[in-house]
Amino acid sequence: MAAKVKARGLFDPAILGPAAISAFRKLDPRVLARNPVIFVTEIVSAAVTGFFIRDLVVGNGVALFSGQIAAWLWFTVLFANFAEAVAEGRGKAQADALRKTRSDTRARRFVDPKALGDMLEGVNALDLRVGDVVLVEAGEIIPGDGEVIEGVASVNESAITGESAPVIREAGGDRSAVTGGTTVLSDKIKVRITAAPGSTFLDRMIALVEGAERQKTPNEIALSILLSGLTIIFLIVCVTLWPIGVYSKTTLSATVLIALLVCLIPTTIGGLLSAIGIAGMDRLIRFNVIATSGRAVEAAGDVDTLLLDKTGTITFGNRMADEFTPVAGVADRTLAEAVMLASLADETPEGRSIVALAKTRYSLNPPDLPPEAKVVPFSAHTRISGVDLPGRSLRKGAVDAILADAKMTRETAPPEFRQAVDRISRAGGTPLAVSQNGRLLGVVHLKDIVKPDIRQRFAELRAMGIKTVMVTGDNPLTAAAIASEAGVDDFLAQATPEDKLAYIRKEQQGGRLIAMCGDGTNDAPALAQADVGVAMQTGTQAAREAGNMVDLDSDPTKLIEIVGIGKQLLMTRGSLTTFSIANDVAKYFAIIPALFVATYPELGALNVMRLASPQSAILSAVIFNALIIIALIPLALKGVAYRPIGAAALLRRNLLVYGLGGIVAPFIGIWLIDLLVSALHLA
Amino acid sequence: MTLVGWLQIAIVLALVLAAAVPLSAFIDKVMSGKRTRLSPLLLPVERGFYRLAGVDEAREQSAYHYTIAMIAFSIVGFLSLYALQRLQGVLPLNPQGFSAVDPALAFNTSTSFITNTNWQNYGGETTMSHLVQMLGLTVHNFVSAATGLAMAYALVRAFARSSATTVGNFWVDLTRCTLYVLLPISIIGAFALLFAGVPQTLAGSVDATTLEGAKQTISLGPVASQEIIKELGTNGGGFFNANSAHPFENPNAWSDIVETWALLVIPVASVLAFGRAVGDLRQGRAILIAMAILLVAGIAVLYWAEAAGNPLLTALGVDPSQGNMEGKEVRFGQSLTALFAAGTTGTSTGAVNAMHDSLTPLGGLVPMFNLLAGCIWPGGVGAGLYGFLVVAILAVFIAGLMVGRTPEYLGKKIEAREVKLAMFAVLIYPLAVLGFSAASVLLQTGLDSLGNSGPHGLSEIIYAYASQNANNGSAFAGLNGNTLWYNTTGGIVMLLGRFAYVVPVLAIAGSLAGKKKAPPSAGTFPTTGPLFVGLLIGVVVILYLLQYFPALALGPVVEHYLMLAGKTF
Repeated sequence: MAAKVKARGLFDPAILGPAAISAFRKLDPRVLARNPVIFVTEIVSAAVTGFFIRDLVVGNGVALFSGQIAAWLWFTVLFANFAEAVAEGRGKAQADALRKTRSDTRARRFVDPKALGDMLEGVNALDLRVGDVVLVEAGEIIPGDGEVIEGVASVNESAITGESAPVIREAGGDRSAVTGGTTVLSDKIKVRITAAPGSTFLDRMIALVEGAERQKTPNEIALSILLSGLTIIFLIVCVTLWPIGVYSKTTLSATVLIALLVCLIPTTIGGLLSAIGIAGMDRLIRFNVIATSGRAVEAAGDVDTLLLDKTGTITFGNRMADEFTPVAGVADRTLAEAVMLASLADETPEGRSIVALAKTRYSLNPPDLPPEAKVVPFSAHTRISGVDLPGRSLRKGAVDAILADAKMTRETAPPEFRQAVDRISRAGGTPLAVSQNGRLLGVVHLKDIVKPDIRQRFAELRAMGIKTVMVTGDNPLTAAAIASEAGVDDFLAQATPEDKLAYIRKEQQGGRLIAMCGDGTNDAPALAQADVGVAMQTGTQAAREAGNMVDLDSDPTKLIEIVGIGKQLLMTRGSLTTFSIANDVAKYFAIIPALFVATYPELGALNVMRLASPQSAILSAVIFNALIIIALIPLALKGVAYRPIGAAALLRRNLLVYGLGGIVAPFIGIWLIDLLVSALHLA
Repeated sequence: MTLVGWLQIAIVLALVLAAAVPLSAFIDKVMSGKRTRLSPLLLPVERGFYRLAGVDEAREQSAYHYTIAMIAFSIVGFLSLYALQRLQGVLPLNPQGFSAVDPALAFNTSTSFITNTNWQNYGGETTMSHLVQMLGLTVHNFVSAATGLAMAYALVRAFARSSATTVGNFWVDLTRCTLYVLLPISIIGAFALLFAGVPQTLAGSVDATTLEGAKQTISLGPVASQEIIKELGTNGGGFFNANSAHPFENPNAWSDIVETWALLVIPVASVLAFGRAVGDLRQGRAILIAMAILLVAGIAVLYWAEAAGNPLLTALGVDPSQGNMEGKEVRFGQSLTALFAAGTTGTSTGAVNAMHDSLTPLGGLVPMFNLLAGCIWPGGVGAGLYGFLVVAILAVFIAGLMVGRTPEYLGKKIEAREVKLAMFAVLIYPLAVLGFSAASVLLQTGLDSLGNSGPHGLSEIIYAYASQNANNGSAFAGLNGNTLWYNTTGGIVMLLGRFAYVVPVLAIAGSLAGKKKAPPSAGTFPTTGPLFVGLLIGVVVILYLLQYFPALALGPVVEHYLMLAGKTF
């Protein structure tokens, strides 16, 4: 469990301490220049600091005021830096643990990667190159990402997945990929290295959790442009206010104009924007999903169509007995008892489910098989299994095989039997015929059991506006039956990898975004084509390379949560932007009357908050502007709650909370701060 | 405010809507190149123009080439109009023998008419020959409006099409809009105005002897024909200096109703046509409802403020029962004046039937805010539609994020490129209006033109630049605009307001046209319902309120409080 991400509290002191230091380090203008809104704030903070020093030296009596404004402007910048540092800090500890695994690994490399042979040399894991072949034995750490080319081994992947149960890795097939940093528990394998040091899965993971490689996502770029545009607009407003003030017989000081500017430009969202992005990624990682880029997370929020494999996602993956239908003249119980006995030695899930059904529905008690019983195991050739007891030869198996055994054909079988078989096939099930001593007893309905809560989840997805498509190798009849039971919108029956790819292309042509998950090498083209491709950690290297996310738990149903996380990321940005802009209304009502009340006492009518004095009004607005960043850090990190209630309802709710709330909240906040400021005689 | 007053307003607005619905279908047919009832008559004319100009009407242009064509057309229009004014002294049809127009004024007037502004730093009857009025100004009243609708349709097509490379053919749009939409309605409307008593003659003036025996020269001219397109094309440049307050331009309530109807009808119809073009009438309706609420709210404030009167005048013994009648025509009264003032600034017309300078502070705030927002409810011909769509794009962007998806409008993703271009367009407004206003109050030459001091003087300057920037053309006429400073800077602001705004808009059109149209789902929020209407109104009000709060506070708002306190300045 070395690197399993622990859910840290929002205000873990282990994070806050370093974050506070980091907030100061981030004052470096070269770093801040990436964030235009906060960069502008820093520049003007420096300017006001200059004015403060001037006021102090000249002794013009406003030093206390300009000093406080300067301090709070710096706090605004620091708080924004702090928000980002806290978000980053949450990944740091985990990254350190991961890094440790990487650095101390030694590897035994074959001198000749082609012929292999038995010449081995010891090298540092960091010196491995793509194409090298290494030997890894029980107890050793796999030195890099690669593919098993020989041997089979059980591997503990908990360093990556947090899951301590070992997994099997073997040459060939879909289980050949191994990840650097994981430990071989038994046997030995030869691994061909497929990723250079620095670009391995582990390295990517470290970069991701640290937020070091974070690139702005498309929507984030668009939003940054909007915020920069607003900043320029308010810069124009404040610069032109000086001459307009002169015309109105009021000479405004640069300090108050800057205070107004910082209150107006969207510092709240500007300061929290990158924290929101990092936190979104972090949420995904804590969910044990690794995205290769923020772009993929964002795309997840946009997904219109979800391609889900039937087996393991929609159904349990194993067929289970659901019903016993006897032929005429045979009692229900007789059939149940016969098939139960025939299945006692059958350890497959199907077999166990028959015994379980007999027990629950007919209250039969499964006896122990007598020692003289002879078990007939299933073989692909006969397609029959069963047991020979003294005087009783019980068989179950494929309908045609059992009929042949009973010297019948489909045509000569009893009509009620034929009907039952047809009915089961139509419903998407598998009929299993049962005979005793060559006499047909009846049929067992083996059913693909749909997971109990899946229908509800698809309904949620539908409310989110997402279409679900079930992909299955079953025939269309079976697929349709399961699709309707699970409540998916569409299905792709007898699907080949090419069909999947074609389906994705077709949907994309129509302007839709597609998400899918897969694990096999033959899924790779479709994973690459999909807008969001989630590869299973247990899958092949090819699949993991093709997808843009890897699910460490290998749980395909997670796609649904991933979509939610993507949506949450966008919603948090949008909501805080709205809040930030709506805040400006109250700030105007605080500052504008304060600036001009000396010339036009009548403008006091706009001082609806009844703020104590012009200076306290301006100071209170600036303090509110700084503190709101701190106050919103938890929301930025946790994200705005997403509810699948449809876009219109969601918008109404968020507009009410963040739009209307954004207008009202600062009126109250500034008023309260003003009470405090004037009570403490700060202005 | 009276019930009868509100009924007058309601009737005019109802007439606009009644005509706009069928007109929208007609406009959409015309702009999508379909046959109309007028085709048998006009198709040969239309084809003739194409042959003459060497235009292949079947070939569409990319947004880039569309823009180039529009700019080229505007440059030629500018140069020819400038030359006409400078040479009017030697050209025919100049019965009053006017000499060449001053260069700065000719520059201002040329930019004014090619940008559909019709800001007038000249008195029409005392400066311009009939030739300039008819061949220069009136022609641009048609083609500048047609250009506006053409540009709007380029954007509309970008929304309507999927993965397209072209947005239409500028020359075809320009020709069809002028021939099929503007000309026929103008001809009918000119006759309507003639019947209402508006003169139409090529005579220069008549001399009359007044009751006191004094000689008076009364200017005449081809007024009716210019008057109708002045309103219909949301131009606003009056034949006479007093504009629609002049008894020959607007002799009575009937003519006033025709003119108010004419200035609103095409902007309203083009919004509905947008709904038709994108294949969902509700899309156009939602935008129109948002526009209508903003317009009617403005009318209400204006009407209320004017009807409440001016306490300073009441204190001097003026009967307060009629409200503030300063600068108003008694033949129109409070309600038709409020409707006209809000309508002329809600569109980019800028014609006036009362002097806006004489409105009460809050009454004057309404046209001023309409201008500051760029005249987009319902806006100029075409210009209102694309102006409002830019705001809608920004509204959809923020709101779209709030529902957890990359924002989409009409199935088109709004991404960094669109946001950048939209912000670029939006930035022009405060830059031009606040920038030049601030420069004007700093410079003595700017202050010298003021007719009033104090907050009202500030309002006059801001109003002037806002009006020119929004290509409106109305004025707080206390300001003398015919100076080198205001002629030149005003001309620049008009050019910025038109071209620096519309070039990014056409670039948005190019970008959107190429995108795939994604089908709507439950995850995309509907852009048709009351929620979207409320969102649009909220974004518009907050966006522009935040930009101009200080300017408005120091202009009309403080003037209002001073008036209440009984102070003058």
